[in-house]
Amino acid sequence: MATDVMATPVAATGGKIKSELMQQRVRAARWFLLPMLIALAVVAGWPLLRSIYFSFTDASLNNIDGAEWIGFGNYFRVQQLASGAVRYRGLLVDADWWNAVWNTLRFAATSVFFEAVLGMVVALVLNAEFKGRGIVRAAILIPWAIPTIVSAKMWSWMLNDQFGILNDLGLRLGLLSQKVAWTATAETAMQAVLVVDIWKTTPFMALLILAGLQMVPKDIYEAAEIDGVHPIKQFFRITLPLVRPALMVAIIFRLLDALRIFDLIYVLTPNSSATKTMSVLARENLFDFDKFAYGSAMSTLLFLIIAILTIVYIWLGKVRFDGGDR
Amino acid sequence: MASIELRNIRKAFGAVEVIKGVDLEVRKGEFMVFVGPSGCGKSTLLRLISGLEDITSGEMLFDGKVVNALAPSKRGIAMVFQSYALYPHMTVYENMAFGLTLEKGHAKEEIQQRVERAADMLQIRQYLDRLPKQLSGGQRQRVAIGRAITRDPKVFLFDEPLSNLDAALRVATRIEIAKLHESMDHVTMIYVTHDQVEAMTLADRICVLRDGLVEQVGTPMELYENPNSVFVAGFIGSPKMNFISGDKAKAYNAETVGIRGEHITIVPDGGKWSGTVIHTENLGADSYVYLEMGTEEPVVVRLDGANDYKSGDTVHIAPMEDKIHRFDGAGKPIR
Repeated sequence: MATDVMATPVAATGGKIKSELMQQRVRAARWFLLPMLIALAVVAGWPLLRSIYFSFTDASLNNIDGAEWIGFGNYFRVQQLASGAVRYRGLLVDADWWNAVWNTLRFAATSVFFEAVLGMVVALVLNAEFKGRGIVRAAILIPWAIPTIVSAKMWSWMLNDQFGILNDLGLRLGLLSQKVAWTATAETAMQAVLVVDIWKTTPFMALLILAGLQMVPKDIYEAAEIDGVHPIKQFFRITLPLVRPALMVAIIFRLLDALRIFDLIYVLTPNSSATKTMSVLARENLFDFDKFAYGSAMSTLLFLIIAILTIVYIWLGKVRFDGGDR
Repeated sequence: MASIELRNIRKAFGAVEVIKGVDLEVRKGEFMVFVGPSGCGKSTLLRLISGLEDITSGEMLFDGKVVNALAPSKRGIAMVFQSYALYPHMTVYENMAFGLTLEKGHAKEEIQQRVERAADMLQIRQYLDRLPKQLSGGQRQRVAIGRAITRDPKVFLFDEPLSNLDAALRVATRIEIAKLHESMDHVTMIYVTHDQVEAMTLADRICVLRDGLVEQVGTPMELYENPNSVFVAGFIGSPKMNFISGDKAKAYNAETVGIRGEHITIVPDGGKWSGTVIHTENLGADSYVYLEMGTEEPVVVRLDGANDYKSGDTVHIAPMEDKIHRFDGAGKPIR
């Protein structure tokens, strides 16, 4: 794997004796890394630093260059009103923000949980030998291949309260007594978003888990067969521990994705406080409300929250990115 | 203890028939070796006995009871796989104990006792808390054998257990398996290999398979001395038996005559046949001389000690007349 190739020379630098070959490898590795590092610095590093900088200023959309440093004011400040009353202002005491944080976390945890479970089920099915497996594998990827904007629009029509096919089906089958505005009702908006996201990304999860499943040698299942291990026990005692590394990496990919969810919610449930996530709220403040600095502060906090959650996950889950412990 | 009987066993994968009607009896406590070239169906036959594959037709009996549909775990068998098939995420101890912990009615102390006894037998006790990836190939194979012993099976199945080991380790492990059989003489063992040396050294009886059919069953010496066909004669014994056809065979009223390298002597002159030396191999204790004498493959003569024949030398040879095997046009022996 690529990580191994890069890890070897780095590990070797700790030693005192470096062979010519090792030095050559280290030099080559640096040259190969350089273009990627430059690209990352330009498209990710610089915008990130700019956002963090703006979050400490009073920048607005029509006065970005004239922004002045105001310190932590966007995050937290104490305001003394003329009447003498004290008011706390800033992002850290903004109820809308914490609502968005809560929505994001709820969305991420629920969607990733269901995607992992369903993805595992799909992967186990696809790992079995049956006729037409290749076609099924390709077909199952379709939801993932459709651009999110397209699938979100498609679902929003299907979920439409007046003309949507789901309401029509529900009424005809007697499951619904009246038409439901799935995406517009506060109680069902989050469920609707979750269903669409799970539908869309389960295939991705399934494919990553399938790759892990195919690494598990077949003969140990035969050994288990002779040991008399019940199929359910085989799954929990053999399959699950062995695909755990792949599963953990798949979950972290999805978690990162889910925590910054934007497009699906922006199209499916625009402007609903029941589903508004950190990314949606940040964009709204940045561009719609012309609170550029405030939106930047949100982006910065979003970045911090994702970073902390990821680090905690990697640390607690002992995730290894080198393909597991075999 | 179990005897195994196979009655007209057939196995087909789709349209391809791999086992084409095998009748065989494996006696209680016997060490039976299935041997044959790759693709002869020996591993498939073992997997049919283990229950990992379903039988297409025929009957399989353990101790007189039909087990065609019985699950592998209920047949009282243990199997050692070519690839070891250890659970990679479990320690050696867990690998060996896994089957027992899932079976009901085994106390923790009993399991520990059985694992430790097996580990002592195979001298792997110091590795019990290691993971398989921390062991060498030979150690892994011992763990696989240990896992099988821990199950206390009636029938022990080996599927080419030595083929992933290097030559020196193969000999050492072969001896250990032979010792294992001696110490567990109540256990029936079936062993699959393509290596006729393993078959000769380990087996009580050998079953030679060819194209999904039994070619011959017998003790190693029976097969060596009285092969039932040209195929068995050529497969058993090292170096391979020499086959001579044409006029030289006609002198013996046979289509083909076979003579082993150890049953030919080199004589100064006046020998029955003569040939040109094309190659010699000195192994120290013995040596092989390869002769070109118009046969399909060069004739090999085995000599005690070293020799100093050179390529191009013409030598006269005399076969031991009573050791000549005569075969008819169908490859069957003329007795």
